[in-house]
Amino acid sequence: MENKKLASQLLKKSKTARYERFGRLISLAALLLIMLVVVSIIVFVASKGISTFTNDHISLKDFFLGTIWNPGTNTPSGHPAVGALPMIIGSFLVTLLAALVATPFAIGTAVYMTEISPKRGAKFLQPVIELLVGIPSVVYGFIGLSVVVPFVRNVFGGSGFGILSGTFVLFVMILPTIVSMTVDALKSVPNYYRQASLALGATTWQTIWKVVLRSATPGILTAIVFGMARAFGEALAVQMVIGNAALMPHSLVSPASTLTSVLTSGMGNTVMGSLQNDALWSLALVLLFMSLFFNLLVHFIGRKGAFKK
Amino acid sequence: MRKQTLINICIGILLVFGVGYAYTTRNSSETTGESITAVGSTALQPLVEAASEEYIASHPGMFINVQGGGSGTGLSQIESGAVQMGNSDLFAEEKSGINSQKLVDHRVAVVGVAPIVNKDTGVRSLTTNQLIKVFTGKITNWQQLGGKNIPVTLINRSQGSGTRVTFEEYGLKGKESAVAQEQDSSGTVRQIVSTTPGAISYVAFGYLNKSVASVKLNGVAPTAANVKNNRWKIWSYEHIYTNGQPKGLTKSFLSFLNSRHIQKELFQKLGYISVNDMQYQRSWDGNISKEVGE
Repeated sequence: MENKKLASQLLKKSKTARYERFGRLISLAALLLIMLVVVSIIVFVASKGISTFTNDHISLKDFFLGTIWNPGTNTPSGHPAVGALPMIIGSFLVTLLAALVATPFAIGTAVYMTEISPKRGAKFLQPVIELLVGIPSVVYGFIGLSVVVPFVRNVFGGSGFGILSGTFVLFVMILPTIVSMTVDALKSVPNYYRQASLALGATTWQTIWKVVLRSATPGILTAIVFGMARAFGEALAVQMVIGNAALMPHSLVSPASTLTSVLTSGMGNTVMGSLQNDALWSLALVLLFMSLFFNLLVHFIGRKGAFKK
Repeated sequence: MRKQTLINICIGILLVFGVGYAYTTRNSSETTGESITAVGSTALQPLVEAASEEYIASHPGMFINVQGGGSGTGLSQIESGAVQMGNSDLFAEEKSGINSQKLVDHRVAVVGVAPIVNKDTGVRSLTTNQLIKVFTGKITNWQQLGGKNIPVTLINRSQGSGTRVTFEEYGLKGKESAVAQEQDSSGTVRQIVSTTPGAISYVAFGYLNKSVASVKLNGVAPTAANVKNNRWKIWSYEHIYTNGQPKGLTKSFLSFLNSRHIQKELFQKLGYISVNDMQYQRSWDGNISKEVGE
């Protein structure tokens, strides 16, 4: 009797095992749901974006190399005016410039926070950086509109709206991303690297420059790419300062536009299924591909880094 | 162990009651209340929002959900039947890609659009020809119009925006504006014009204020009185479209919008012009006829 009871108790799944299975099921369901969402977003954007080329019969060349954007009308040469080149160039320029300006500042800040004065960095700079992340982008945009644009106009000329203003606003917006990821990369450099370098007689600066930064390079590159991905996808703040003129940018202070700014300002004024609408979805598809590209780049850099170790 | 089961049972009971409660309330709200959605034109949004608040306050159980999104969104949502009211600055016939056959047009208001300039340009009055030349990029400095030596900065609304279509159609006589800066909200446009030297743009009358200067056209000032007698030509109807004839809450809300109280007080406050005050009517293809409003 006793034995049988004991046996059945032992054979029965324990409570914790049941909980574990339940937990695993929930995690799996969450994962599947997220995968479903991601896949359906990609399928949706792709199907909409492709219809510009399949339904409206616009050639890839007209879309990617055309320079006149005014869907619904024709260019002087008779093709539909859906040239996305000005926006693509605008997006890339503003992203690259912002990353270029932000990177030295970000690395400097991160080095100060981890190598030179970790205590003060953690106490004072960390909250400041985190604060920058929490500010909504419309606030950045408004500050850009009322401070950066007049500043650029007075110092660099032009109307103040353009890629330069966009760069300045994005610089502040992607700085925290790059800083905090660079800090992580620097912190993950093993301490014995530093100790060994110092023991060999290197100065602190030599250690930072030749050892710490070198071995953290893949991490720093990842940080920069993440910053660029954020800059590329940022819509609202850039839209408020870049001018949104679908013109080929001929200087940094002439009004330009980005993929996101054209998308956000145009979506509400078009009718689903019309050429104007499809062309906007094609821009969205380009954006999606770019973010996939940035993700792949991060993976690639990460793998490279793993090889080195 | 005992405690755990007790807690589980409690949670279970709470859940059952919660779902039951939600279900019964859902039922009751369906039988006594009604909810409708209005989507579209951001120019009409403030009016519909304010009116819906007043309406809901006096009709408990009813709910009117008001969203922006632009005239294109309003028209395509109402065409597909996803919402009960589609707000638009444009006639459905004017918007490409919309099949207007089943849509019923309710003109609730008239909105005038006025050119605005930065205060420092030194120009307060233009002729239509001058306005066209400025917006097509033929005039690039305010000096050419007798103003100060400041370059002209054009600021447009986004392509397809109802305000822009109205302005190009009736202000620029159908000429298309040169490619220039675009902003997608009237508030941002006003902010930029007020701070950018030499800037010119256009906004609905409701957005005019002291931070920018409005421009007289051919000697006519942009006022409600001048819109009513059609001396100021740049105006458009604000439409609410319904898919088929309106029923129930939609119908009573639309007639509430037409009520004397709303058309007098709320319109005055928000800068709209009542359709009933118009001495002229305009059809979708732009023909003007002299007749008193509906």
